[in-house]
Amino acid sequence: MGEKTDIKKEKGWFGRLVEDFGLPRLIITLFLILLLILAPIVGADFPSQITNIIARFSWNGILVLAMVPMVHSGCGLNFGLPLGIISGLLGATISIELGFTGALSFLMAILIATPFALIFGCGYGWLLNKIKGGEMMIATYVGFSSVSFMCMMWLVLPYKSPNMVWGLAGKGLRTTISLEGYYSQTLAKFLQIRIGNFVIPTGSLLFFALLAFLMWAFLHTKTGTAMTAVGSNPTFARAAGINIDRIRLLSVVMSTWLAAIGILVYEQGFGFVQLYMAPFYMALPAVSAILIGGASVNKASITNVIIGTILFQGIVTMTPTVMNNMIHMDMSEVIRIIASNGMILYALTRKTEGAK
Amino acid sequence: MNKKTNIVGLLQRSSVPIMFVIICALCIPIAGLSPSYLINEIVTRMGRNSFLILSLLVPIMAGMGLNFGMTLGAMAGEIGLILVSDWQIVGIPGMVLAMIISVPNSVLLGFFCGKILNMAKGREMITSYIISYFMNGVYQLVVLYLMGSIIPIAHTSIKLPRGYGIRNTVSLLSMRQKLDNLIPLTIRGVKIPVMTFIIIALLCLVIIWFRRTKLGQDMRAVGQDLEVARDAGINVERTRILSVIISTVLAGIGMVIYLQNMGNIATYSSHSQIGMFCIAALLVGGASVDKASIGNVFLGVVLFHLMFIVAPRAGAYITGDSMIGEYFRVFVSYAVITVALIMYETNKRRAKSLAGAQLAAEQEAQK
Amino acid sequence: MSNDKPRLLEMKNIQKDFFGNQVLTDINLSVDEGEVVGLVGENGAGKSTLMRILFGADMIRETGGYGGDVVLEGKTVRFSSPFDAIAAGIGMVHQEFSLIPGFTTTENILLNREPTKKSVVHDIFGPRMNTLNRSEMDERAANAIEMMGVSVDRKMYINEMPVGHKQFTEIARELSKDQLKLLILDEPTAVLTEKEAEALLASIRGMSERGIAVIFITHRLQEILSVCDKVVVMRDGRVVSEKAAKDTNVAEITRQMVGRSVETSSAAPHDEEAEKERKTILKVDRLWVDMPGEIVRDVSFEVKEGEILGIGGLAGQGKLGIPNGIMGLYQAGGTVTFEGKQIPLNSPRQCLDSSFAFVSEDRRGVGLLLEESLEWNIAFPAMQIQNRFLRNYLGGLIKWRDEKAIKEITDKYIDELAIKCTSSKQKAKELSGGNQQKVCLAKAFALNPRLLFVSEPTRGIDVGAKALVLEALKKFNRESGVTIVVVSSELEELRQSCDRIAIVSGGRIAGILPASASVEDLGTLMLSQVI
Repeated sequence: MGEKTDIKKEKGWFGRLVEDFGLPRLIITLFLILLLILAPIVGADFPSQITNIIARFSWNGILVLAMVPMVHSGCGLNFGLPLGIISGLLGATISIELGFTGALSFLMAILIATPFALIFGCGYGWLLNKIKGGEMMIATYVGFSSVSFMCMMWLVLPYKSPNMVWGLAGKGLRTTISLEGYYSQTLAKFLQIRIGNFVIPTGSLLFFALLAFLMWAFLHTKTGTAMTAVGSNPTFARAAGINIDRIRLLSVVMSTWLAAIGILVYEQGFGFVQLYMAPFYMALPAVSAILIGGASVNKASITNVIIGTILFQGIVTMTPTVMNNMIHMDMSEVIRIIASNGMILYALTRKTEGAK
Repeated sequence: MNKKTNIVGLLQRSSVPIMFVIICALCIPIAGLSPSYLINEIVTRMGRNSFLILSLLVPIMAGMGLNFGMTLGAMAGEIGLILVSDWQIVGIPGMVLAMIISVPNSVLLGFFCGKILNMAKGREMITSYIISYFMNGVYQLVVLYLMGSIIPIAHTSIKLPRGYGIRNTVSLLSMRQKLDNLIPLTIRGVKIPVMTFIIIALLCLVIIWFRRTKLGQDMRAVGQDLEVARDAGINVERTRILSVIISTVLAGIGMVIYLQNMGNIATYSSHSQIGMFCIAALLVGGASVDKASIGNVFLGVVLFHLMFIVAPRAGAYITGDSMIGEYFRVFVSYAVITVALIMYETNKRRAKSLAGAQLAAEQEAQK
Repeated sequence: MSNDKPRLLEMKNIQKDFFGNQVLTDINLSVDEGEVVGLVGENGAGKSTLMRILFGADMIRETGGYGGDVVLEGKTVRFSSPFDAIAAGIGMVHQEFSLIPGFTTTENILLNREPTKKSVVHDIFGPRMNTLNRSEMDERAANAIEMMGVSVDRKMYINEMPVGHKQFTEIARELSKDQLKLLILDEPTAVLTEKEAEALLASIRGMSERGIAVIFITHRLQEILSVCDKVVVMRDGRVVSEKAAKDTNVAEITRQMVGRSVETSSAAPHDEEAEKERKTILKVDRLWVDMPGEIVRDVSFEVKEGEILGIGGLAGQGKLGIPNGIMGLYQAGGTVTFEGKQIPLNSPRQCLDSSFAFVSEDRRGVGLLLEESLEWNIAFPAMQIQNRFLRNYLGGLIKWRDEKAIKEITDKYIDELAIKCTSSKQKAKELSGGNQQKVCLAKAFALNPRLLFVSEPTRGIDVGAKALVLEALKKFNRESGVTIVVVSSELEELRQSCDRIAIVSGGRIAGILPASASVEDLGTLMLSQVI
């Protein structure tokens, strides 16, 4: 260990920065700063840009937060996020089907999604306990399988609400369902602050803050401490009398539930429910966001979540506008793919102590 | 006792193929497709996909699991074809040239992939899977932005109207099934792509021969126990990288064969699904993450694609909705991979706990 | 041996230290062609290190090389890797098998040395594309097996083989190397049945007749005497005796192995009277533990209240399995009774609830949360087991970590055990080995246990820290009246700090003696049932 610190000293401040922060993370941060500087120069509307970033932060924050419990318990990055998202989608569609509207439909969606998330989470957690060490790959495919299974279900399940089913056939859910009249912007409108072009969706931010606070608090309780210890060194935790499987299961259930809530919050911001293949690719942005925020495969904090979501969403929203204004070439999609997957690759190739 | 466990073990190992035989047996009558149509389709798809699936065998041999990074090879193959069709080299020469162009790209990509996988030992699969996403971004950068602006593309038929980037579909009409039809043969209305089959057969021979080479032996050693192989003086890292490179190069060539049969390139989506379908097919054929044979490849192609053809029809017939079957086959592809991965991990753990159980039994017996 | 021909191997004045810790001092060892040399010594006497130097192991170079000269057939050599050593004609069979499970005997014997047939693509892709010459492989494997004189099925897969045959496969691999002149066998008979061991001894004699010299490391002294020409005894990094096998005997070798040159031991005066009055606090009956490499078979013993019981024995004999099995970290069976109450096995939680505590020998793997602060490390078990360092809100529904109480207790132990650290917030991985060990002790002390198991408390820590750790244990025993069971490979350490010492050999208790018993007696027990 001593040797390593010596090397650190020799490298000077820049080397230290790279070492502590990680080169890809540094590049992404510098890139965002560059975008922020360029935005006014190339004539993009600065306040609306910031508004955009904040709004997208409020949509995605909870989905990224859902990564935290599983990283803490050593289950790795939750590539199985779509499973929780499906619970949320079930909550949303059933709430609408039952005829709830407005803010109440949001509340009911959360309530209905919860038992689904708990059941799915338990099954998923049980499975992950059977295959310790291969979590991430299997999580990915559990997510994919459940999404494609639900694709069939969305067609078959007896939904009737005319706002959701295909008009012609009278059955089968549509791929996108408008939330106008339901819970679109329910949270965002709460205590909203508006100064010209600049809008702050206070309610959404407060909701995120509440869940983030609860997560922070949980990690300070006895069980939360045990969860961190299980992730840090499972053998140590076992020797200290902790039931590792139970703690891991709990973390998976928490993560699944947060994903369910996360997608509902996302929908209320976005204004639409997206079904079928939409949940498919929702795990990767969340995974890369938390990694960009400074988390590793087995360490993550609330700060990582906040910083990561801001950086990631910042790049997603700023790149198209700045690029378009500058070179009339929209490369944002490509940049997003390369940056986010590059970040995940970087994290996977790090040697992590304790992670097995 | 021993025999009994053998049979149980055999059933367990072949549970996935058996399940698929049942699915197909149930769906075929419901789908109501004529046998000649089915056979025709299966033969076509065997010619189209076998080469690609065979490319997965080498990394499995080297213990690196299912190579989700074969997508990289597919990209190299596509780039080769795009360039060749821009240069208007048609027919077999065009195909051969596309393959030749794909090889250096594949080698480069395979080397990159192997290097990274060596840095992520123990989680090769998830890493190769993310690499395929990452490289997809790079591929888009090249094809959508660099082609036409930096890499010269002459023909407007494949260029986007804005002046750079490649269109969503590139027609390969000039090469369409040129290889398949090189030696025309039709038996009772079933068109046999003789030349393609000959090439696939050759590749099988090469793989069999390769297993008997020094390098093949080294790969098997590395795949079974990395540390022992290293102690014996085998250059483990290099061997692993070579296995990925070989797989990528084969995938690139396989992609050219695949696309000549299809007759066009879906520039931005052809490669993204190919890895998943090939892996699913191989697993359906009874392969596992650490063991796969040529037999698995062909059995897998037949069963998987039979399911692929009949499921939408059967689904449409039962529910009256054609989408159900479409989703069903996607679901099955993913489910098969999921089950195979779970079985692999649980077996790995079972093997570990078996040693303990045996000792405990011994101790009990002593009492 | 004639004088004009240089000896096969001479190691001259070999010195080796690990970061200032001298482990080999002035070793001289010579081996002639076809000679069988037996090398014996306690664990930690330096045998392995010496062999690693001879075999060019990477870890020797990484830790700063060695002093002195290795002379092979008159030429001074300095191997930069095991491959150099192999090329020079040295072969080594390690304790852990180095075999590919899914390969046959033949394939393993010739692993990475397979004869090949030149193929057409050789010139383009290089020699790795040559095909294997199976018939020649078979032939060469058969030759090697024949040379060994033990019959092994050439076509059998390793994972279907009994352990003994795996060992023979390893030996055959060395014998198949044409250049082999010197073979090092590191405890080869440990895994063999009696019959297989005999066969191996016969094959060692056979090798010797063919002119291959053998260095034979084992704890089974009878074997040494029956097969070796010369016996070399090591102790504390020195060669203490070098004698022809016919001039020595088991008792003498045992004495040389364990005896201390200076009588430093000051064992606690043994009070027979007090001993009898003490009541039994822990009773272990017919315990078996499946801990790989440390298997325990049918062990029974009793621990008296307030005493320090030492458990000693050679490595691999099962002494570590005892505490690990009782504490539920490895699968175990038998009965453990604590104060008349039976403790269920295989459940760490139940043991901790019964106020046991355990300091593991595997500090980094089991003992510490390396990535977390000292506070977490010390307070964690007590928090989880006894609900201490927590503040309850909402009637106990929320159990909040009490950072202040945690800091207090951590600071207390940092002070008491003189743990060198920057603050209680420092990460455990940044401490030195000795200080990490103290943190492990603090963690156990914080549980306020009635019975404390300490496994290898001084392994891998420097002399100063050793004394401190042992002193802390004794103090904890005296002042808190805690019963302690210390498991250690170092007899001397046990003699200094324990009341009684149980010696484990071959997975069984070979005997329990008072700490004042002579080193020779303890040593004899240690070697009595070695497997």
